[in-house]
Amino acid sequence: MKDKLIVSPAPHIHDFSSIPKAMWNVVIALLPALAFAIYYWGWRTLFLTVLGVLSAVLTEALIQKFRKVPITVYDGSAVVTGMLLTYNISAGSPWWLPVIGSIFAIAIGKQVFGGLGNNAVNPALLGRAFLLASWPSLMTGNCWKSTVAHKLSASSINGIGNLSAISDSLATISPKAYNLVTGATPLKVMQTLRDSTFINTLTSDPATNIELGNKIFNGLIDVGTLKSMFWGNIGGCIGEVSVFALLIGAIYLLWKNIIEWRIPFFYLLTVAVLTFLLGGIPGLPETKYSLSLPIFHLFAGGLILGAFFMATDYTTSPLTKNGRIFYAIGCGALTVIIRLIGGYPEGVSYSILFMNVMTPLIDKLTMPKAFGKVKK
Amino acid sequence: MSFMKELTKGIVKENPTFVIVLGMCPTLATTTSVNNAIGMGLAATFVLVCSNIMISLIRKITPDKIRIPVYVIVIAAFVSIVDMVMAAYLPDLHKALGLFIPLIVVNCIIMGRAEAFASKNGVMDSMADGIGMGLGFTLALILVSSFREILGNGTWAGMKVMPDIYNPMLMAVLPAGAFITLGLLMAAINNLKEKYL
Repeated sequence: MKDKLIVSPAPHIHDFSSIPKAMWNVVIALLPALAFAIYYWGWRTLFLTVLGVLSAVLTEALIQKFRKVPITVYDGSAVVTGMLLTYNISAGSPWWLPVIGSIFAIAIGKQVFGGLGNNAVNPALLGRAFLLASWPSLMTGNCWKSTVAHKLSASSINGIGNLSAISDSLATISPKAYNLVTGATPLKVMQTLRDSTFINTLTSDPATNIELGNKIFNGLIDVGTLKSMFWGNIGGCIGEVSVFALLIGAIYLLWKNIIEWRIPFFYLLTVAVLTFLLGGIPGLPETKYSLSLPIFHLFAGGLILGAFFMATDYTTSPLTKNGRIFYAIGCGALTVIIRLIGGYPEGVSYSILFMNVMTPLIDKLTMPKAFGKVKK
Repeated sequence: MSFMKELTKGIVKENPTFVIVLGMCPTLATTTSVNNAIGMGLAATFVLVCSNIMISLIRKITPDKIRIPVYVIVIAAFVSIVDMVMAAYLPDLHKALGLFIPLIVVNCIIMGRAEAFASKNGVMDSMADGIGMGLGFTLALILVSSFREILGNGTWAGMKVMPDIYNPMLMAVLPAGAFITLGLLMAAINNLKEKYL
């Protein structure tokens, strides 16, 4: 009876939302992507994910025990961090990679700042940045290929569907072009293609070079390719490949009101608009203003995973509605800048990390005026 | 008594790196390997001891208004000695440390000890202070660089210490690794210091 008589300030109506509820819903929303990963790469992906989650949870519990604060691993936030981190590595990674990444993500990314709600940047992305800086050879490049072989034929690694017919002859015309189209991920192909000196070195004949370049580009934005990218039949990290599976989870989160539409919507919109305007290949005039190009960039890499599951992290995204729009536009612009002119093929993780750091500033600048407050 | 006290305070109680938090630039930049750290630490110690003695000797005739330029000239003279001796006898180490040897001139620890201690205390105490602070700085550099070199390269002072299957954590020898290692060590040492001292 006593706890029903507590006098507290407004608001008195609440929707019984809580951290555990939000976090376990995110875990549920991430499961379809895991199912697709298991389908494409086998049970090893599940093993890696479980390892990542277990080490994240154990690290959090141990540090909280050591810090003598309540152990809150049942709220699911460490589970989400462990899952997201493992989604960011390749299915062929050694078993210790998700373990060390999760330990770093929880210990350095979250607990040194004081735990949930105090971290400056998304812990999972910090863990990924740490792994990429520490073991670049395991996080990029050819390690994807060996894992993809499980379900995918060599010509569809990048989903470049219409090239499979010519790929055999391609090997004789230009071994370099053949290497390119059987390379790591679609974004890597796009990045290499954007290097204007690269196209000139495909063969000795300039006209053939342009023709080959156009062919590879058209293969990348072909409907068949986009279809494979939508279903996830391409090379990439464990959790990022299947746009379809991630969208199921995203719709679930939007329906449950766990995430708000502004950040993903403006993030994706910015990427689409900027890649439509600027995404053409410098050396190939025919590739400008293609309508399929924004779709390619939306489906490629970790954009969907980042926009719906990482950029929307409560702690590290702005509180105000206008602030969220600025934040999302910043994420989108940085992603496109890194993809089109940066040294990395993919820029989602770094753009989100950068905007995470900007969040307090955005919040400060977009704080709405209190009702009735007079401007001095 | 006082001599011993001035000598030992720099090693743990007032360690220039972990407690006073001075000289962060060389601490972050030259701790990629233990050899570099020892070289940097001893070079700074030599300059610190000599400049402390010299500044203490001239403390009564130094005009107050231009004391900082005077310190800089004294320190720069000893840094030039270290720079030339290193270039002649330890060319590899001199190359590895590069710009950070001339930069000892503006090293905060040396400037700080000149201003805060040597200009107010006698010659013997200033020398003890210089030796203690210099050793504290060297030990701190060795500690930070040990973690970074073992994790980032699998070696300690050039000797292989990790098994062959160990895949070096590159980030430890990158600048980001320096900040993280230093931050964690500083937290650990200050925690231990508060508990046991």
